Amino acid sequence: MNVQPMVALSGVTKTFTKGNVTALREIDLQIGPGEFVSLIGPSGCGKSTLLRLIGDLTPPTAGTVTVNGKPAPQARADHDYGMVFQDSVLFDWRTVEKNVALPLELLGWDRAKRKARVEEMLRLVELQGFGGHHPWQLSGGMQMRVAIARALSFEPSLLLMDEPFGALDEMTRERLNIELLEIWRRTESTVVFVTHSISEAVFLSTRVVVMSPRPGRIAGMVDIDLPQPRTADTREEPRFFELVTEVRELLRGVGADEHGSVLAEVSE
Amino acid sequence: MTQAATASPALARPSLSPALRRGGIRAATTLVTFAALCGLYELYHWVWASAGWTWPFPVNDTTLPHLWTIAKALGRPSGYQGPLLIVLLLHHAWFTAKEALAGFALGAVTGFVLAVALVHSRLAQRALLPYIVASQTIPILAIAPMVVVWLKSGWQSVAVIAAYLTFFPVTINVLRGLQSAEARAHELMRSYAASRWQVLWRLRVPASLPYLFTALKISATASVVGAIIGELPSSIQSGLGGAIINFNQYYSLQPENLWATNVVAALLGVAFFLAVVLAEKLVVRRAPEHLA
Repeated sequence: MNVQPMVALSGVTKTFTKGNVTALREIDLQIGPGEFVSLIGPSGCGKSTLLRLIGDLTPPTAGTVTVNGKPAPQARADHDYGMVFQDSVLFDWRTVEKNVALPLELLGWDRAKRKARVEEMLRLVELQGFGGHHPWQLSGGMQMRVAIARALSFEPSLLLMDEPFGALDEMTRERLNIELLEIWRRTESTVVFVTHSISEAVFLSTRVVVMSPRPGRIAGMVDIDLPQPRTADTREEPRFFELVTEVRELLRGVGADEHGSVLAEVSE
Repeated sequence: MTQAATASPALARPSLSPALRRGGIRAATTLVTFAALCGLYELYHWVWASAGWTWPFPVNDTTLPHLWTIAKALGRPSGYQGPLLIVLLLHHAWFTAKEALAGFALGAVTGFVLAVALVHSRLAQRALLPYIVASQTIPILAIAPMVVVWLKSGWQSVAVIAAYLTFFPVTINVLRGLQSAEARAHELMRSYAASRWQVLWRLRVPASLPYLFTALKISATASVVGAIIGELPSSIQSGLGGAIINFNQYYSLQPENLWATNVVAALLGVAFFLAVVLAEKLVVRRAPEHLA
């Protein structure tokens, strides 16, 4: 790779002292700037742990995690990360506006700058006019859009998303998938996305990383060469089904069919 | 006919907004409850007195003065050429209120600061919590004279005694509240590389507010009790504590004076409580499931 990778993992192992479980073993992975990489695998394969290692929410037992050319803790201190979790983790005592402004406050932006950016972000996620609402007044899909706006508000170089649409219904999820891609193209950010939905992974990503469980390892990668921009029609193209099948077979190989959650996604 | 009446309840009374109507229902409920309690009191008085029952105690105008006697007492001069009893009691209540307010503020701040210190140090928590709990097992009547000896008799010592009763619920509840934010929220703050201080003020403290206000409601009434009791060993005559001691000595002659004083003391406690409820309404903005 001639450009510096956005994320570089080398020999990363994670062992949890509690129960002496090896969650991840010897992971090597490079993610280039501007990529949209999905991590997929059966439950227990350590995909969320891998994301948390990249985000320096937990330290590796062995190996190195480099982000933006820096060790992960330094990248975190430099505000390189925008994180989105499955539950939107909005602060319910703050309005939508104030939630989106939270990272900007922490970064010491002044009020006027914050206000302008928040407006811009709410436009981006199509929530203009909801700035004064409180989170509990919004639907699950809207709450997730607020969480995405918050994660992107300070223009982090890396967006880490841990099953962000997992709790949403199918229709909302597909609509948000398209919106997320739109945002990704416009902001030119790098995304690492954890999911257990094959179709979601294929639809969104430029590359799908398939992981195997116990201990978590990378079982294979599938480059997704579907043309951009992707639309609702992309899901009906033959190439889309070919890639879904390819990912599914990799997952079969790692014994994913023991796991109901992945099977359910396969049969959809 | 009935159909039309049921179909247009809003048209029947267009002047009443839902909020106003809820307020009206609430006020009516309060009044009816008050009237019912007064009725029960007088009914009990009447049944026991006319039947001559002596269990658990004989009922007469000294043991349980009539409510109208108490009400009338408030409108009478409190002594020879003295002010009306109600005026006197309001002066005393105002004095006690100032002590209680100072104690409440001191106790709330102390309790809050303690909780913040404890949540940041597991060592401090393990070391100090037993003593904080132990402090509350010592009766206030045993502590009060010591405080008076240390600080000299005066409203300051009374405030400290009131604070002693106030801080504990605040510390315990706020400690819990500061720990109530979910792990994900802390991870989010961590991903922003937020400092401890930022996590405290932007996550822990806002998350703790419902807990804080629950504690303040308990402390509000406790601070009034603390102030009244605190006046006793300080020999302060200008507060409700002084009035209670005074009227206690004349109970057999004018029981209604002590009862009237108790009513005023109770109202003061209720006023403190309501002030906290009002503050909570203004300050706490949480999802419905987080509100009591």
